Amino acid sequence: MSTTVRDTALFGVVAILLIGTGIVQGWNSALLILNMGLISAIMALGVNLQWGFAGLFNIGVMGFVALGGLAAVLISTEPVPEAWSAGGLRIIAGLVFGAATVVAAVVAQKNLEGRRKTIVTLVILVGGFFLYRAIFDPGKIAVEAVNPALQGNLGGLNLPILLSWPVGGLLAAGAAWVIGKTALGLRSDYLAIATLGIAEIIIAIMKNEDWLARGVKNVIGLDRPVPYEIDLQNDPTFVERAAGFGLDPVTASNLYTKMGYAILFTIVLLIILWLAQMALKSPWGRMMRAIRDNETAAEAMGKDVTARHLQIFVLGSAVCGVAGAMMTTLDGQLTPASYQPLRFTFLVWVMVIVGGSGNNFGAILGGMLIWWLWVQVEPLGLGLMNIVSAGLEDGSPLKERLIESAAHMRLLTMGLVLLLVLRFSPRGLIPER
Amino acid sequence: MDFLNAIVALANFVIVPGLAYGAQLAIGALGVTLIYGILRFSNFAHGDTMAFGTAITIIVTTAFVGMGLSFGPLPTALLALPVGIAVTILLVLAIDWGVYKFYRQQKASPVILVIVSMGVMFVMNGIVRFVIGVRDIRFADGERFIVTARGFREATGLDEGLAIKTTQALTVVVAVIVVALLFWFLNKTRTGKSMRAFSDNEDLALLSGINPDWVVKVTWMIVAALATTAGVLYGLDKSFKAFTYFQLLLPIFAAAIVGGLGNPIGAIAGGFVIAFSEVTITYAWKKVLTYLLPESLEPDGLVQLLSTDYKFAVSFAILIIVLLFKPTGLFKGQSV
Repeated sequence: MSTTVRDTALFGVVAILLIGTGIVQGWNSALLILNMGLISAIMALGVNLQWGFAGLFNIGVMGFVALGGLAAVLISTEPVPEAWSAGGLRIIAGLVFGAATVVAAVVAQKNLEGRRKTIVTLVILVGGFFLYRAIFDPGKIAVEAVNPALQGNLGGLNLPILLSWPVGGLLAAGAAWVIGKTALGLRSDYLAIATLGIAEIIIAIMKNEDWLARGVKNVIGLDRPVPYEIDLQNDPTFVERAAGFGLDPVTASNLYTKMGYAILFTIVLLIILWLAQMALKSPWGRMMRAIRDNETAAEAMGKDVTARHLQIFVLGSAVCGVAGAMMTTLDGQLTPASYQPLRFTFLVWVMVIVGGSGNNFGAILGGMLIWWLWVQVEPLGLGLMNIVSAGLEDGSPLKERLIESAAHMRLLTMGLVLLLVLRFSPRGLIPER
Repeated sequence: MDFLNAIVALANFVIVPGLAYGAQLAIGALGVTLIYGILRFSNFAHGDTMAFGTAITIIVTTAFVGMGLSFGPLPTALLALPVGIAVTILLVLAIDWGVYKFYRQQKASPVILVIVSMGVMFVMNGIVRFVIGVRDIRFADGERFIVTARGFREATGLDEGLAIKTTQALTVVVAVIVVALLFWFLNKTRTGKSMRAFSDNEDLALLSGINPDWVVKVTWMIVAALATTAGVLYGLDKSFKAFTYFQLLLPIFAAAIVGGLGNPIGAIAGGFVIAFSEVTITYAWKKVLTYLLPESLEPDGLVQLLSTDYKFAVSFAILIIVLLFKPTGLFKGQSV
């Protein structure tokens, strides 16, 4: 069997799984899984850029995804003029001052020598921190006091939410540049811990800085790039056309909006896939893989390893940021407390490893397949437990325990899948070629 | 008098909690550092190993309490701890045999082992949820306090109270015993010496006839015991929740790296460095400063450098600073 046939067959399996879900559980659920699967595939492409192309061990995916979500809020929500007049400028001034402090410290660090270097850097950092707090805090308090039940934040730019997808990428890229500048020189496991920490910090900031995106009070009711179901149901021409397909208006409107998202997501996925494929095949892609396989040799050939690493780290993180903005758009809300590393970092890693690191199609396959599994493990597990415990008496503690445990099957299954793939097919379902 | 009050307030809110937390991190970091030194990879499943050991200990504790066993003023969990350790040892040995052994024989690169440990992390997290669920569980019984704030105030006549929880004192005492035992083992026994030799230079150790399988087995046993102890102490002091243990991974790794990965003394020092920085930077200093400064200089705000939600940022910042300026850690660690 040629490799093309095999790869197509694997994607066929995913299609069959989705169609099967549609037939058994309804097309609404199938489209839900498809949409998140597409987003997961994009995240997997981003991680594949970093790990598959360049061998960078980034486990801070969650942070970049969350930054993308933040972009969705900052771009699409309406500005809050009262908050801006209360303390908006103060906050901006505080942030600019904070950034200037860090830059000054870095400059001092680079240009001075010996003990003077340490002292000057410390003075700049400590003094800068207190000045920053003095400028920033009153502004923050003033902004957060503006109508806290509904707003309490600065609001956004009131632009179309689709614009937030590229902006989410830019935001994540900016953060990745700062992180990469400091952490990329480190060894692989140190980089891992560093990115893990950064992701936690980004989430902590999003949870606590209410002036930014309301923190744990969440932002709900974001704009949508597709029409609302209720508008469709009230539209006579839509109802008529739905009736033509033999569908009632409610089902038809649900399917219509979800299809709209699916089409948008597919377009983004195809664009990113095309770019990633071109990058992989270009001299740049070959150089990346050469660096990954032997840094010393690549360096001896005159390649700037650190700069290339920074480049691909920024690019991969930007892709994750785009996916994050898309996900928040799909959800219609930003809930910082829902970002969990197991779900947004380690699960994406499972997707990349299972799909096949170093192969873009593998990453997409992994994303779609693992997301399907992640959603379906619970109902499958419950079915399994019902069969296992069928012989037991109703209400027996063992039976209840077994059925209850089905809810915890997800993580166990993901771990087993990862371990089995690593053991028996370490290059993944669609290996690098 | 004001000066004494300031000292007591500082002890109550910074030194005592910092010592207890530092001891918990230190024992956790010792496990990470031993795995790194001997098996040569960063074990991401360590937090979940701690959670598993604690979960088993909680189940056994509940059974003991049901049977009417108690440990007097001390928490019953201490009686259950050996059982928890034994079960955890069995689990990690099984995982090593079923998972890690293959990659060791393949001489897989450390980063592959890290990814494998991610898989193990998922599995163990799942097992913990199976075993005990996701609830928040408090399992400390016995006396709650050794010194109560009120008793201290009455005995000394100071305005500030000092409270020392039994679990805090217990943590420090157990940590001292554990560390003493570990260092005695590593420095005085034959197996301990072969472990250190293996960590320093694997090839030379193999040439000298050291049995690598035995060294690896003993390492896992020690690591399981350390992880369970750290987890139980942390759970007694605060409470048990599977997810919190996963989050402990970051400060524990920070402690191990700051101290120098692979260096046991470094792990202990790193644990306290991380713990005290977290506590001091997120503590509101208003009270202490009010006692110390003349009235005209008294602070208006809380004088809290960062809100407690940013404690991750503190361990992380220290980690980055140490890595940038002293990449092998405060005490010389290994680097691959």
